[in-house]
Formats: sequence, structure tokens, C-alpha cells
Amino acid sequence: MSLPLAPKPAIRRFHQASWDEPVIFELSTPGERGVFVTPIEPGVRDAVGDVVAALPAGLRRATPPALPELGQMRVLKHYLRLSQENLGADLNVDIGQGTCTMKYSPKINDQLIGTPQLTAMHPLQDPADAQGVLEIVWSLERMLAEISGMDQVSLHTQGGSAAIWANIAMIRAYHEANGEGEQRREVITTIFSHPSNAAAAKAAGYEVITIFPDAEGYPDLAALKAALSPRTAAIMVTNPEDTGIYNPAIKQWVDAAHEVGALAAYDQANANGILGITRARDAGFDVCHFNLHKTFSTPHACGGPGAGANAVSAALAPFLPGPRVVREVAADGAVRFDLRDTDARSIGSVAPFHGVIPNIVRAYSWIMALGAEGLLAAAEIAVLNNNYLLAKVLEIPGASAPYAAGRRRIEQVRYSWQELFEDTGISSEEIGIRMTDFGMHYWTSHHPYVVPQPFTLEPTESYSKAEIDEYVAVLAEVAREARETPEVVRTAPHNQTVHHTHHDDLDDPERWAITWRAYQRKYFGAGTPASAAEPAETAA
Amino acid sequence: MIALVVNPIAGVGGPAGLAGSDGAAVQERAEALGSRRRAAERARLALETVAARSAAGASRPVVITAAGAMGEDVVRAAGLEPRVVFRASSRDGAGETTAADTTAAARALVDAGASLVLFAGGDGTARDVAAGLGTDAAALGIPAGVKMYSPVFAVSPRAAGALAAAWVAASEAGRSLPVQEREVLDVDEAQLRVARVEPRLYATMPVPYLAGRTQARKSATPASEHAAVVAAARGAVRSLRPGVRYLLGPGGTMAEVARELGVAKTPLGVDVVLDGAVVRAAASESELLDEIAAGPARAVVSVIGGQGFLLGRGNQQLSARVLRALGPDPLVAVAPEQKLIDLGGRPLLVDTGDAAVDARLAGFVRVITSAATTSIYPVTAPDAEASDPEGEGHAP
Repeated sequence: MSLPLAPKPAIRRFHQASWDEPVIFELSTPGERGVFVTPIEPGVRDAVGDVVAALPAGLRRATPPALPELGQMRVLKHYLRLSQENLGADLNVDIGQGTCTMKYSPKINDQLIGTPQLTAMHPLQDPADAQGVLEIVWSLERMLAEISGMDQVSLHTQGGSAAIWANIAMIRAYHEANGEGEQRREVITTIFSHPSNAAAAKAAGYEVITIFPDAEGYPDLAALKAALSPRTAAIMVTNPEDTGIYNPAIKQWVDAAHEVGALAAYDQANANGILGITRARDAGFDVCHFNLHKTFSTPHACGGPGAGANAVSAALAPFLPGPRVVREVAADGAVRFDLRDTDARSIGSVAPFHGVIPNIVRAYSWIMALGAEGLLAAAEIAVLNNNYLLAKVLEIPGASAPYAAGRRRIEQVRYSWQELFEDTGISSEEIGIRMTDFGMHYWTSHHPYVVPQPFTLEPTESYSKAEIDEYVAVLAEVAREARETPEVVRTAPHNQTVHHTHHDDLDDPERWAITWRAYQRKYFGAGTPASAAEPAETAA
Repeated sequence: MIALVVNPIAGVGGPAGLAGSDGAAVQERAEALGSRRRAAERARLALETVAARSAAGASRPVVITAAGAMGEDVVRAAGLEPRVVFRASSRDGAGETTAADTTAAARALVDAGASLVLFAGGDGTARDVAAGLGTDAAALGIPAGVKMYSPVFAVSPRAAGALAAAWVAASEAGRSLPVQEREVLDVDEAQLRVARVEPRLYATMPVPYLAGRTQARKSATPASEHAAVVAAARGAVRSLRPGVRYLLGPGGTMAEVARELGVAKTPLGVDVVLDGAVVRAAASESELLDEIAAGPARAVVSVIGGQGFLLGRGNQQLSARVLRALGPDPLVAVAPEQKLIDLGGRPLLVDTGDAAVDARLAGFVRVITSAATTSIYPVTAPDAEASDPEGEGHAP
């Protein structure tokens, strides 16, 4: 016989912790220390001398840094309190941050990268002492080559936009090598591709042409053909786009680009629903990239560092960033991994050393744990979850999924609350703020909003049906509130640590302050924080 | 100092389904149909917000206004002190006021020192206020009309009040709120009543903005919304070549292009610019033809209003004859990306009155949306759309 338990309410009751925690600089007490460093033994001191004096004068500080001075336990409490004031990825149903692919990152992968075999490594170590790490890099490159259908892969870039930058840098180098650098000055992208494609192309000196969707919401092939010319350097497209719509004419897009001598670059940030189903090279693409931190286990954004992977056809391989990891088999059959400088055609080094090794190890571990069948299953479940979620969201009055009406989506959907907004005056942003009162994360869209009153959900393969149902129930509850008690939504959040933030200051260089020092300077006219005025005690 | 002018009859035709309130006959018909006048009520909501915001502070703002129903009554009802500087001719605002009264009132309010003129009404009222506003004051609409195509209205009366209160607070602190030049559009109601919607650009006016207070926010911030217009203008200026005459059309975006070029622009005219200097202001069709005959030339146009007209609305000087004279590549189109997004997938429109010219312009146009950024966007002529009359799609 089970104990009589009071049933939980259908909608979770939640309240964020609020510690009213000061900024760490305000906690500083001059002289307080976390660790007192043991004085140097006289014998050692005599033998080594003054190591600081050995540094060039330009590298030595004239005054100590203005750092807060705190004991260890106070630092620990400070950051634990701040962490409780966050909606962390491991606490909430994190499907509201669409396009970020907030999938579960198995903890075993984090444990692996915390082992001394990795944490004690140094990137300048002799390759002979780093065979294991180099083998992981080499092996992951081969796996991603297989997943994309491409010939070669580089894991150098440290994030999605950095990888997009590497894509356009390789494209530029390719055209310059063929004597067409001056002629090909334009890059074509779509309005629903990630904006970093346009931004990176612009940063690389190209004129950018954006294509709007056609009447049905698909990337407009006729507009592309009108935009293509001998001046086109490349098309750079995300597919599926952030609407979750897969371009059914993607092969024609690539072919049309090739017909004018342009290259085709594939932003695979949204690859989570196509692993093992489609491959970039099979559609004819010359270049593509993955975000390891989205598709392959690693936590995204503030959950951890990013990491990109650039994959290219054989024709583009000489332009990959480096140095590259190579695998050599000796006459006696012994396998050895080494680092090789790239040749003159390479775009060179785009980041220090060999990429973000912790993310590379997480991705390697994730793929090895799943195998080819597991990757396919992950993609299929991500698509299934998304289309289940789509059906449930569309049951909420006032919600819609613009474009490609009645069709299924791949791994995410950009929805719209336009109808609810017209009925109630409650905007998508206000709904998002109210969602946090239930412990749920929510995101609208990149700016500018193309879908009116947008929200973007991506359930990935990680979430259970129960969790998806819970998320939808909260969405439906907030939509009901928007109609019946709109003031509750308009004045939200009610259960959060902080209330509304004031956005106007973020537009004003005189008032924005993203560091403590800038805040003191701009609001109090202070030169440096108070703690810096006291000469800090140097250890030993 | 803030000021208020109310168009007492604004909005009267809306509930009666009369597509506006212009003209005495319509007003009478609306009254006969039992319509309530809501402009005063909505203006009072706005001013009550101003009163509430200033109640906590030291002084309650005096509101410069017109006598009786044109403002004074509302200011008193909201608990603020009116300073009456205008009386509608012979009526004291008690009888029916006219468009001329609104224009004269706006002029009087500005002459009396108003830096922000709040007006309660719709697009027609905005037109009348713009005519009397001059160059020094800003204006903000309290939404109370039937037609509100112009992006000069706050999202709600209370939002207008909050903005006005912020304006007062900023003035007292010796600062000023940012303003953005916005378009005053209006449609001919007689045509609207026969289901033909053609909003025209009548003027531009400086409108203050604050996060989330003027219309539904589409950009990340209102400042970035303005920055997008500046970026589009810069993109356009960057594409201009020496030795070419550019025929700058009307509109807010084109005003920004002129600002970037450092030349004066007539708000509603087509001005000809050559090598960074205006060679002909507010040119007529025949003057434009003369300029085109003098050397290579192109027309620089923006998207007018929510309908997406590149040609044929508000810039009729750029006629079929002018476009023909401009040759095979007549247009430089400029618009912030948001203007294309706001079309909701509908094509841009050209209506020069000459089917052959329209057909030549139809297809895809390259629109400069920012520095080094363009969009390839479809263009059609409304006549070609005859089978698909645009009855539903005119978002304000």
C-alpha cells in the first residue's frame, strides 16, 4: 500500500531563488585571501633569483590589478548564489531556445574532459607526448567527413560564426587562387539563414544579397536565379532554415550556383535532424560546417564553449585552416600522429593551437557512444519530437506556424503569436517573460523579426514526451492568461529574481555598462573601483 | 512644454463601418448610426498617464492646448492645467471643427512654445497637424482615428501618455528624447469606401520614441530600428557614382539618404542631386526630363507606405515618361529590411500608369537594405494583380 501523497498541480509551482547578492567587487575586503602561498624556500630563492625581474619591463605591471579580495568560502557562496538565480540548462525544460539545439550533454562526457589526461595537457607539448589527443582530433575529423560526405575536415574554429568565417575565407582564397577574386564580389544568402552568414561575408569584404521566401515559404529559387551572376562568389545557406523548413530544391540551388561558377556553402548549425539522413556533399555543396556545441553533445553558449568543424570537398581542401593533424604509418606498421603546417594556399590559423579540445573530446565520445545507427536514431527522434510538439502547439488558440502551411518540419519551428497579439495586445516577448515564472526558458527570434510575434522551439532528441507535454501546458496556460488576466502577463515576471530590465540604456554609449568598472565610471564618475585604491598585498 | 490638440470628430466613422470620418456627410451619417466620439476619451487616458507619472514629482506640467473640445476640456478632465492659446473660429470648439482648425491649432501650439504636440485622431488629423507643425517641434499621435496607416501613433493612449511623461521628465533634466522622421500617410476615404486602397505620402514629422512605446517593436530596439534606416541610407549613398544625376524621391528613408549626402531635401518633392549637390529641388516631370537629357541619370526610390509601392504613390513626378527616359536600369531602390519584411510576402508594386513601363520594371528588383547589403525582391504592377484584388492586406 502506497503512502497517500497529495497530487502535484498540473502546472508546476516555481519560484526563482533571490539572494540579493552584491557584485563581487562590493564584497571585497582589503587583505582577505583565499590561499596564502607558501613562502619560497631560501635555497630555491637563491638558486632561481628574482623571476619577475627576468620578464621584459613591458610585461610587468606598475601597479597591482584591481581584483576583489575574498576568502575561498565567500567566493564559493557568491557563485553558487548567482547560479541559483539562473534558469540553468540542467534545471529547466530547455526546448524554448530554438536553433540553439539545447540537447542533453551526457555527464560522462564532462567527466572525461575533467580527467588529468586532458587537463594536464599543454597545446605546445611535443606531439609524441600527445598521441591520444591527436588521435581523437584525427578520428573526429574522419567521422565528420563521413557524416557530411566531404573529403576533409578541420576542427580549428572555436564557434559557429568562426566556422562560417572560415567558410567564406576559404571561398575567397579559392577564387583568388583561380584569378577570380576581383570578379566575384557577391555572396547570396537567405533571410532565414543564420545572420552570421551575411555578417561573415560582409566582414570578408563581400556585397551580400538576401533572398526572401517565396509565396509558400520556401527559399525562392526564381529570386536566387535573378541574383546569381558571374559576380557571385558563393551561396551561403542554412538548411533546414530556422523555420525548420527543409529547402526541397536544395540541389537546384547548388546546381544554379555552380552554373555561374560560384561555390555553395552549407551552414549545418541545424544538422540535428538530418544526421544519417542527408549529406551536404550529396547535394553538391563544396563547403559546410557543423557546430559541435549544438549537434554533438557539447553544451551551448553560456553552458560551455563553442566549437566549429569545417568540412570541404577535395578542391577546397588545400584552403582549410591549420596546422593539421596527420596520421602516419611507419614501415613496421606503427601508427603515429603528428602536426603538419599547412601550405601557402591555406587560410592559415584561425584560432590558437588545435581547436577547442574539450568540445572535440565530448563530440568524439558522443559519436562513439551512439555509433552510426545511434546518430540516425537521434536525428529521427529529434524530428519526431519536433512534429509532436508542432501538433500540440497548434492546438493552442492564437498560435500558428507561418509558411509551408500543413507541412511537417525538421527539427525546430519558428511559431507566431500574431493572432494572440491581435486579440490581446500581449506580445511574444511578454509571453517569454511570463514563461520564466514557471521555470521555463523561451526565445523569440533573431532580429529583425520576419515572422511576426515569433517564438522558436526545438525539442531535440533529449526530451521525453512528459517534458514536452509540460512545456506545452505552460505555453497554453500563459496564452490563456493573456486572454483572461492579461495584466498578470503584462506585469510579469512575478516569480523571478529580477524584474524588467530597462533596454534604453543598452542603446546609449553614455549609459551602457557591461563591466563593473564601466558602471562606476559612467554612473559615479569614478576612475577605478574603491578596492583598487588600496595597494593589494602581493603574496610572499 | 507639451501640447495637445484633439480632433473631436476623429474615429466617429469607424464603428459605423464608414472607413473613416472625413467629410460632413459621413460625420452626420455616423452620428445617425449612433457612433460615439472617442477621441476625447482616448486623449484623456493619455493625459491621465502624464498626470500619474508627474504626480510623484514636483510640478504638474501645464499643457498648451486649444479651447473647448479641441483639448481644453480633456486637459481639465485629466486633472492637468490647460493653457489655452487657440480658439476654433467662431465656435469655441463647441460646434464642429474642421481640418483647417486642426492645422491652425497646431501652428498656435508651436508658436506658444510647445516642443511636443500630442494629437488625438487618425491619419487625417496627422496630416492636418503636420501642415501646421513647422520644423522645430515633434509630434506624437494618440491613436483615436479609423485609419492609422502612418507610423506616427503610439501603440495605445496610455503608451502615448507614458512617452509624453518621459518627454517632460527629459526636458526638466535638460535632455531630450530621440526622435525619428516618420511618414504621414493617408488614403482617400472616398476610394477606400469603394475598396481601393492607395495610401499616399503627405508629409513627414519628427516622432519621439522609447523602448516598446511606439508601435509593436519589430527591431531589437527602437534605436536599432532607426539605425537600420541610417544603414540603408548609407548603403544607397555608397552606391552613388560621380557624374550621374540622382533623382531622389520622397519619404523618410530618402530624407535619411539626403542627410547622409549632406544636402537639403524637400520632404515630398523629387530633388535632383549631382556629385553631392542639389541641382534641382522639387522638380516637376518636365524639369526631370530636362535633367535626364543633360547626362546619365537614375531615380532613387524607397518603399512608400505599407502597400509596398516603389512608384506611383507620392512620387508621381517619376512618371512613365521619366522612367523611359532613364533607360534600361532606371531605379536605385532603398529600404531597410524591415520594410520588406512588413510586406508579409507580398511583392513590391509599381504603377506608373503605363502598362509597358510597369511590365518592364516587373520581375525582381535589387533593394539596398544596408551598407554592402541588398535583397532581391519581387515586383509586380497592380494591374497584373487584377485577379487578386488586395482587399485584405494593408497592415497599418
